[in-house]
Amino acid sequence: MLIICAFFIAVICISAGSVSLPLGDTLTVLWKSLIGQSIPENLHANIILKLRLPRVLCVALTGASLALAGAAMQGLLRNPLADGSTMGVSSGASLGAIFAILIGFQLPGLPFSGTMLTAVAFAFLSLMMILALAWLLDRSMSTNTMILIGVIFTMFSHSVISLLVAFAGNKLQSITFWTMGSLASSTLTDALILFVSLAVFGTVLLFLWRELNAFAIGEENAQHVGVNVRRIKLITLICASCLIGVCVSIGGNIGFVGLVVPHMARLTVGANHKKLLPVSMIAGAIFLMLCDLAGRTILSPIELPIGVVTSLIGSVAFVLILFRTRKVGR
Amino acid sequence: MLCGPNGAGKSTLVNAIAQTIPYSGKISWKNENLSRMSSREIARRIGVLSQHNSTGYDFRVEEVVALGRYVHTKGILNRNNDDTAARVENALGLCDLKDFAKRSILTLSGGELQRVFLAQVFAQDPALLILDEPANHLDMPYQKQLFELIAAWVAQPGKAVISVVHDLSLAKRYGSHALLMNHGKNFGFGPVSDVLTGENLNSVYGMDIQKWMQEMYRQWK
Repeated sequence: MLIICAFFIAVICISAGSVSLPLGDTLTVLWKSLIGQSIPENLHANIILKLRLPRVLCVALTGASLALAGAAMQGLLRNPLADGSTMGVSSGASLGAIFAILIGFQLPGLPFSGTMLTAVAFAFLSLMMILALAWLLDRSMSTNTMILIGVIFTMFSHSVISLLVAFAGNKLQSITFWTMGSLASSTLTDALILFVSLAVFGTVLLFLWRELNAFAIGEENAQHVGVNVRRIKLITLICASCLIGVCVSIGGNIGFVGLVVPHMARLTVGANHKKLLPVSMIAGAIFLMLCDLAGRTILSPIELPIGVVTSLIGSVAFVLILFRTRKVGR
Repeated sequence: MLCGPNGAGKSTLVNAIAQTIPYSGKISWKNENLSRMSSREIARRIGVLSQHNSTGYDFRVEEVVALGRYVHTKGILNRNNDDTAARVENALGLCDLKDFAKRSILTLSGGELQRVFLAQVFAQDPALLILDEPANHLDMPYQKQLFELIAAWVAQPGKAVISVVHDLSLAKRYGSHALLMNHGKNFGFGPVSDVLTGENLNSVYGMDIQKWMQEMYRQWK
């Protein structure tokens, strides 16, 4: 049912915008292009296929990836506030991407691959650094320690980013444009990359639901029931940072999706990752499409960057979750 | 039954057997080196009753118990065996948790939660069950219930329990053999009645345990 819901919201998001299009036309154009028929001129086929469709696809895939990565990390670390943005992984990835833009690092023949690779690598490295630091400070890796270190790490990456920007010179514009966190200019290639990343890393995470359940109940317990704790932890962290890194390199820093969505999902389907992971994924797609729609339409024709919308919603949700965990825990 | 004063190394010993801490030396399981085995191979043989996992997520009781079947899943997709549901049901029944199956573990008391993890380890169905002071924090009725449940489980063929116990009366009542430890060393091992003698306890604990016990229990006459 959620999938159908996601599909309808996608169609609505494609048709709504500064140029409003009738739903029927949107469906016709999508259908005809899918089965390869020619499309009548008057149906705004260009807007739909070249602008809106890639954008909505990218938004949906980004939302799904971020929410799935967030849900997996929250289970693994037994921390309901864990997320790429709260733990500093996203800022680490941003740092990597900007670094790549600045030095012009690129793999031959593949534009943007440099940004992506460094973003993924930096995402993983930051995650490892954050976890190592947290572990050194507090062996139990309590929620508070993790968040504190996430904040410190985010501030650190931002200061390094500012430093890099100061030296950016003529590349300043592309960096600024990139840090706004916008999926407005997405292409179908971006959507394809996001899809592949979600298909690979997301699928691995979805299959780890049993192990994540064990971790969410307790790492010691996970070991007792026979989970290979170290291996599963590493696989989960690699997959999560790859998902986050790819998203950041394409859409910029879109915060709090991985925090808000799994939390809502947990309230509706419970903590069992068998349901929680897929529901978070689809709900993440829906959530981000709606955020994007809100950003595009509320102040139309001015567009709010999607990162601004999610952060606005996310920080309120963050405080609410913090209150709830205070009441339940400890 | 594993007995001895605080700091004697009881927990260290059981943790080493369960392969949860690094150690030097070799621990064998029927002539196979345990430290060479994968987590799954160990968990199929040895189950540990987990202590006080204070999780913040509201899992259902049956979901926690079902994790005990994790080692018995097959293949890369970890498919469930056909008997998973029946095994979980059975473990829930053994621990008198049938009415709790759908409840959230966040709503349970400490004693109830302990029973949930006992059901989990029953579902895991190991040959050896390791307990580290299982009666800690439990009131008398729960203590009795827990030990009765474990005694019934170990009565099955091919099962054994190693338990760290502080309460020497419990050790005498439920144990067959006892290992008395002091300063990280084996002080005495054998049938409970041979090892937990007044003389041995006196030298290990540095006080007349037998006399103290008798004084304590005399109050109830």
